[in-house]
Amino acid sequence: MSNLSSSKYRGYEADRSKYPEMKNGKAVIDLDSHKYTKIWQGPQHPGVTGNMSVELIVNGDEIVWAKTHVGYLHRAFEKLMERRKYIQCFPLVCRICVPEPDTNEYCVSAAMEDLAGITVPEKAQWLRTLNLEMSRIGSYLMWLGGQAGSLGMGAIAQWTVGMRDFWLDLFEEMTGGRVYHMYMIPGGVRKDLPDGFKERARDLIIRTRRLLSDVENTFISNALVKSRLQGLGIITPEMVDEFGIVGPNARAAGRGYDIRINNPYVKYDELDVKMITSTVGDAYARAQLRYNDLHQSLDLVSEILDRMPEEGAIQAEMPNLVNWKIPPGQTYVKAESTRGEHGFYMVSDGSEKPRRVFARGASYTHAISVLEKLAVNISISDLAGLMVSLHTCPPEIER
Amino acid sequence: MKLKDVLSPLRVWERAAQKPWTIKDPINDRPGADNYRGFHKNDFSKCIGCGTCEEICQNDAIDIVPVEGQETVDGDSGLRPMIDYGRCCWCALCVDVCPTGSLTMSNDYTWIADDPEDYRFVPGADKTKWQDSTVGYTRSPDIQILDYNRVDMLEIKPEDRDKSFIEIVKGYNKEQAIKEAERCIQCGLCTATCPAHMDIPGYIAAIRDDDLDQALRILYETNPMPEICGRICTHKCETACALHNNGDPLAIRWLKRYIADQIPADKYQEILGTAHLVDEQLNRKVAVIGAGPAGVSAAYYLAIMGYKTKIYEALPASGGMARYGIPEYRLPYDQIDKDVEYLKTLGVEIQYNTRIGEDITLEELHREYDAVFAGTGLHLGRSTRVPGSDHSRVYFATDMLREVTLGNEIDVAENIVVIGGGNVAMDITRTLARLQNQKYGKVQVLATCLEAEEVMPADLEEIVEAREENAVIEPAWGPKEIEIKNGKITGLHVSKCLSVFDEDGRFNPRFDEEQKKFFKADMIVESIGQGMDLSYLTEEIKAELKMTPRGRIEVNDKFQSNLKWLFVGGDIIEGPDVIHGIANGYVAARGIDSYLNSK
Repeated sequence: MSNLSSSKYRGYEADRSKYPEMKNGKAVIDLDSHKYTKIWQGPQHPGVTGNMSVELIVNGDEIVWAKTHVGYLHRAFEKLMERRKYIQCFPLVCRICVPEPDTNEYCVSAAMEDLAGITVPEKAQWLRTLNLEMSRIGSYLMWLGGQAGSLGMGAIAQWTVGMRDFWLDLFEEMTGGRVYHMYMIPGGVRKDLPDGFKERARDLIIRTRRLLSDVENTFISNALVKSRLQGLGIITPEMVDEFGIVGPNARAAGRGYDIRINNPYVKYDELDVKMITSTVGDAYARAQLRYNDLHQSLDLVSEILDRMPEEGAIQAEMPNLVNWKIPPGQTYVKAESTRGEHGFYMVSDGSEKPRRVFARGASYTHAISVLEKLAVNISISDLAGLMVSLHTCPPEIER
Repeated sequence: MKLKDVLSPLRVWERAAQKPWTIKDPINDRPGADNYRGFHKNDFSKCIGCGTCEEICQNDAIDIVPVEGQETVDGDSGLRPMIDYGRCCWCALCVDVCPTGSLTMSNDYTWIADDPEDYRFVPGADKTKWQDSTVGYTRSPDIQILDYNRVDMLEIKPEDRDKSFIEIVKGYNKEQAIKEAERCIQCGLCTATCPAHMDIPGYIAAIRDDDLDQALRILYETNPMPEICGRICTHKCETACALHNNGDPLAIRWLKRYIADQIPADKYQEILGTAHLVDEQLNRKVAVIGAGPAGVSAAYYLAIMGYKTKIYEALPASGGMARYGIPEYRLPYDQIDKDVEYLKTLGVEIQYNTRIGEDITLEELHREYDAVFAGTGLHLGRSTRVPGSDHSRVYFATDMLREVTLGNEIDVAENIVVIGGGNVAMDITRTLARLQNQKYGKVQVLATCLEAEEVMPADLEEIVEAREENAVIEPAWGPKEIEIKNGKITGLHVSKCLSVFDEDGRFNPRFDEEQKKFFKADMIVESIGQGMDLSYLTEEIKAELKMTPRGRIEVNDKFQSNLKWLFVGGDIIEGPDVIHGIANGYVAARGIDSYLNSK
């Protein structure tokens, strides 16, 4: 916490003692004064996490004003779903988040099941849990690479993204797809595990742990990383409440909220999920928390593989899904993605198509408003690191 | 800053000694997993072109297109899916939904072509490097996108029905009907196969929406006998149903019956909007011979078009073979009356007990009416002509069924053998079983036929139900001689039948004379087919009328004979079954209309 009191303080309320001048709560920035430069980071830039951009006004290296811009990736998934039958929605929603598509698949199927009053069989629940937890591992590995890469440590990015590919191999065996799995359908899942899957998964868990020990050595206990990330982008508990920050970003600020524990879904109520929190709230605390979360996910996958029943139905008894009508109603279902609470609000009107679907991704808050606040008074070279440390995923902002 | 944090990152160099993960050889393929969703394959021998893949594809990536060499036949549209890989998202929903399981995916995922058009291709028709791939994504048997399980139809138990002629099938209630209707995938193979080309997906959709008025309107577009057809149709539509490839076909016949059953007869005029027809008749008259399905259908559509139509019926009630050939437990008479009574409200007259050729001649009809439609049915029996078949206790099934319907006393014997394996044979077997049960309190009726059990022409449910009613079915025996002692029948000698048709597909049964059997009987009923009674054609007409080599009246595609005023349809032209009769009547009515308009 020593950083907080130092001159490197980069907290929520920006230090405006030097510049720019504030009037009525707004920064007075005269670009013609040649004191400031306006630059854009993104939408095409290796330092942004996806297709969004941050409009910056800098004074020297220091960001004095930031505004986030989205709209480069809008594919109207929510609207498209209103024109598709319920069964046609699952191939769409996985595209809402590329590194972690399964949370979307789960939410959209669970929303339909909730509205239609369908109970998913035990085995299918276990398979869904496995799928979701594997997806968290894939997403964290990708994030780890991004965080290291944003600090210029390309080698670590190559290790972790390479390791993610081995997890994608498992997905490929299990679901038939590497990136977009399209595995969960209303009522259950599409396939049971192939022969020998569990052994290969256990083997990969061991390999991943070995990699993580390397990451621990080179990234987590790295003086350079610490000097770059500690004190960067501090989220205070008050900010968590004010902005609605969720997931690791909130947990690193001391607000313990994990849907797997607080509102367990699929089989999480039977699994030993521990609440991992930190109190520092800076980018380094978030990195450490995610690193620990990744270890916990590996434990959970291992536990799921041990406890999953061999036999059982993988889909509930369903009507003809081509003509499937869901009685009128509305529901909100949520699941814990690696970025936090991921929710789907769905309204049915008794027809064959959803009346309204709303996908709520954690990045909506993290990437648009939180980033805008945290970016002020930091060095322009830290912006990429900050953005990744919030684990923003622009596609889920623009559904 | 801790010293550990400075030194620890140096351990990155440890990895320099490790084996790299990267695949060094980028030239050779890295095959997809066994379950990989790669390029599509389609097994043409299984594909029926139902188009469900096209319907379900949320990217509109699939078009169902004609393919050279694929014929359109009943239950196969002859079309095949063409996939546009510019749109496909590889979700494999088309694979999961495919009712035949013909559409699958290979694990191949690389394909290079110069022409973008190449990426729109018909799997199975165009040669691809992955077409023989044995791995890739297939439909899991553990999941169901479509519902392959029919809603059970309630039936009266054998012990409650085997002494009476009470209707066996109870019919669906609303909940059951909607549940069954939800199984439909709207492929339309049924419509193509139905002789009357009824808009089956249309009325099933109306049932789903619980709009029975609309459903009835759709029924009457092509079929004015829904009560009859909803009970005894040969339901070729169900044989063609796409769901039949992986489970139970849709109960199309029972759904049709459900529509008609739910709507009372007095609502028909209002729903179908036909009240004005009686007052708006044209000054043109058409006579219809026979109040069977063909005649009723022709009369209905003629009446709809405004013609003054009169039906002449030889028997005392309407329905033709549907009444006089089909037992009441399958088709209650009041249901026939419901369909026919509605016809009368349109201004159609029916004159019963009037046999053309005896009471009125065909020439008289010709003089009196602008056109004549004859749908006189197959009311004559056919004999096996085995020794002894001329005995007075050897009957034709058609005659006997007619007698039962007319309410005449039948001298039912204690031991009866029925020769024949079709639906009529089952009808008479089960009718006699009931009569025996009523008279003797036990059933001793045996049906035998040339065909083996698997290829018996009768519907499976008929065979099953006949056995439930204690009738004995002995398939694959050929009748050789009826044994008569002291002027009384004692039984039927049969030999094992090895095959019914020869290599050219002609009727030419082969027997194993070594394997013989004797079925005890004191009465025998022959039910090996029906013949037509064309005695109403006078010599003058016969001399002019063109006949086919098989002895049928030659008609054009409008069922018009070479005597322009005479239209002929129903069992004597096509079938025999109800739905062909109805279809013929519909087409003939339009033919008569165009004939009269061009006169």
